[in-house]
Amino acid sequence: MNEPGVDDVAVRIEALHKSFGKLEVLKGVDLTVGEHQVICLIGTSGSGKSTLLRCVNLIEPVDAGRILVHGEEITARGVDVNRIRRSIGIVFQSFNLFPHMTVRRNITLAPRKALKLSAQEAEARAVELLERFGLADKKDEYPDRLSGGQQQRVAIVRALAMQPDIMLLDEVTSALDPELVAEVLNVIKELAAAGMTMLIATHEMGFARDIASRVCFLDAGVILEEGPPEQIFTEPREERTQRFLQSIIEAGRM
Amino acid sequence: MGGGGEAHRAQYLPGDPRLPDERPTSKLLAPLRVEGVRGVVVAVVSTIVVIGVFVWLVVRSDNWPAVREFFFSAEEFRDTFPEIAQKFLRNVLYFMVAEPIILALALLIAVMRSLSGPVFFPIRVMAIVYTDFFRGIPTVLVVYILGFGVPQLGLPGVPTDPAFWAVVALVLSYSAYVSEVYRAGIDSVHPSQVAAARSLGLGRWHSLRYVVIPQAVRRVIPPLLNDFVALQKDTALIAFVVAVPEAFKMAQIQKDADFNYTPLLAAALMFLIVTVPLTRTVDWLIARERRKRMAEGSA
Repeated sequence: MNEPGVDDVAVRIEALHKSFGKLEVLKGVDLTVGEHQVICLIGTSGSGKSTLLRCVNLIEPVDAGRILVHGEEITARGVDVNRIRRSIGIVFQSFNLFPHMTVRRNITLAPRKALKLSAQEAEARAVELLERFGLADKKDEYPDRLSGGQQQRVAIVRALAMQPDIMLLDEVTSALDPELVAEVLNVIKELAAAGMTMLIATHEMGFARDIASRVCFLDAGVILEEGPPEQIFTEPREERTQRFLQSIIEAGRM
Repeated sequence: MGGGGEAHRAQYLPGDPRLPDERPTSKLLAPLRVEGVRGVVVAVVSTIVVIGVFVWLVVRSDNWPAVREFFFSAEEFRDTFPEIAQKFLRNVLYFMVAEPIILALALLIAVMRSLSGPVFFPIRVMAIVYTDFFRGIPTVLVVYILGFGVPQLGLPGVPTDPAFWAVVALVLSYSAYVSEVYRAGIDSVHPSQVAAARSLGLGRWHSLRYVVIPQAVRRVIPPLLNDFVALQKDTALIAFVVAVPEAFKMAQIQKDADFNYTPLLAAALMFLIVTVPLTRTVDWLIARERRKRMAEGSA
C-alpha cells in the first residue's frame, strides 16, 4: 500500500488535463499505479473516470500533462500508439464485441493482425483463455447469442489475448443484470490474484473494497482523495467523499 | 422476439387490440394483404373495375385502331422479339462487366472519404469532388461525351470502341452513387466499434478492413441491390453511342425499318422480365433486414 518505488511503477499520470470542447473533464489528475497493484476509481457519473481510462489507452488524446508507462512517456509526440495499446488492454461498459465475428474470431483478430501470430498460435491462446474462464463451449457462437455476463467475459478474454501488462476496466459491470455481475467480478478477482496490474473504474463498492490496493475518489476532474480501501470506506477525510459514500449506502449499493 | 411473445399474448383475450400484430409484416404480396374473404372479394372486384375502365377508355378512343397497329402489333412482336431478346444478352454482358468494377471503385471512394485526420484532407477532397461531379451530370451525358468523345481523340493505345467508353461512363457515374451508399453504411457503424478495434492495437487499416467495412457492407446490401436494378436498366443508354446493337438499339433499328413501334415495347418487356424479379427480391431483402433489426432492438 506504500508509494511504490521508481522501479515498480507501471503507470504514472502527471497533471493530466482533458477537455471536450468547453467542458473540462480532467483538471489536473496525478496518479501512480505500482506494478501488480489494483487501483479502483470511484466517483459520480461524469467525474472523469472513463475519460481517464480512455486517455491511458490513448483513445482520447490528452490536452496537457503526461502519462508514463514503465517509464516511457506514451503521450509524447511520435509515439507508435498501436504498439502502446498492444500492451494495455481496455474493457468497456458496453462490451463492444464485434457482432459479425464468432467469439473465436473476436479473440484471435488482434493477435493475428497486430501481433502477427500464426492462426494456430492465436487459436491456441484463445482456447486456453476461454477454458480458463469457463467459456470453451462458446467459441463458435456469435456475441448476440451470449448473455451480457458471457459477452463481457469474452471482451475481457479478447483484451487478455494480447497479453497486456496493464488492464483498464471501465465500469465493466454497469450494463449487466444484477445476477450476471458476480461472474464478471470473479474473473477480475482471478486476474488480480494472478498479479495483473489494473486500473478499474467501478460503482461496485463492495468489490472495490475487496480487491483494491488503493481507492481513488474522483470528483469534478481531480482525484480528491486516495488511500487504502479500509480508510476510504470507513473514515474518508473529505466531506465530498463522505457524501458520495453516504448516497451509495442509501441506494443500498454497499 | 420468441419466448417473450408467448407470455405476453397470454395476458389478453383474442381480438384485444393490445395483442401484437400477428399478420406477416412483409411478404412478397404484402401490398395485396387484405382482411378476410370479404376483403379478397372487394380487392378483386375493384381491381377488375379499375383495369376495365382504363382499357375501355383507351380502346374507345378514335385513334385506338391506329395505335394498336403501331404499338401492339402481334405480328410485329413475333417477328422482332426473338432478335431483341438475343441482343439483350449484350445488356446483361455490359452489366456484368460494369457492376463488379463499380462495387470495388465505389468502396474505394467511400473509404477515401471516410478517412479522418488532416493528413488525409487532399484524399477526402478528391473523393468529394469526384462524387459531386459525377452525381451532378446526367448519366446519359457522360455516356455521350465519353462514348463519342474519347474515340474521336484517336489517342494511341486507347480503345476506340464506343461501347467500351460507354461502359466506362456507366462505371464512373454509378460509382459516385454507390460510394454514397457505402458511406452511409460506414457512418452507421458505431464509433465504439472502432474504439474497440484500435484499443486492441489494430491499426487504422486493419480496423477498417476487418471491423468497419464488413459491418457496413452487410447493412447496405439492399440499397446496393437497388442500384444493381437501376444499372441493369441504364445499360440501354449505351444504345446512343454504339454501332453494334444491344436490345434498345436493335428495337430502334427494327422500328425504323418497319415503321412500327412494337419493337420498343418488346424491348421494354425484355427489361421488365429481368428487373421486376430483381426489384421484388430487393424489396423482400429490405423487409427481412428491417424485421431483423426490429428483433435486435427488442432483444
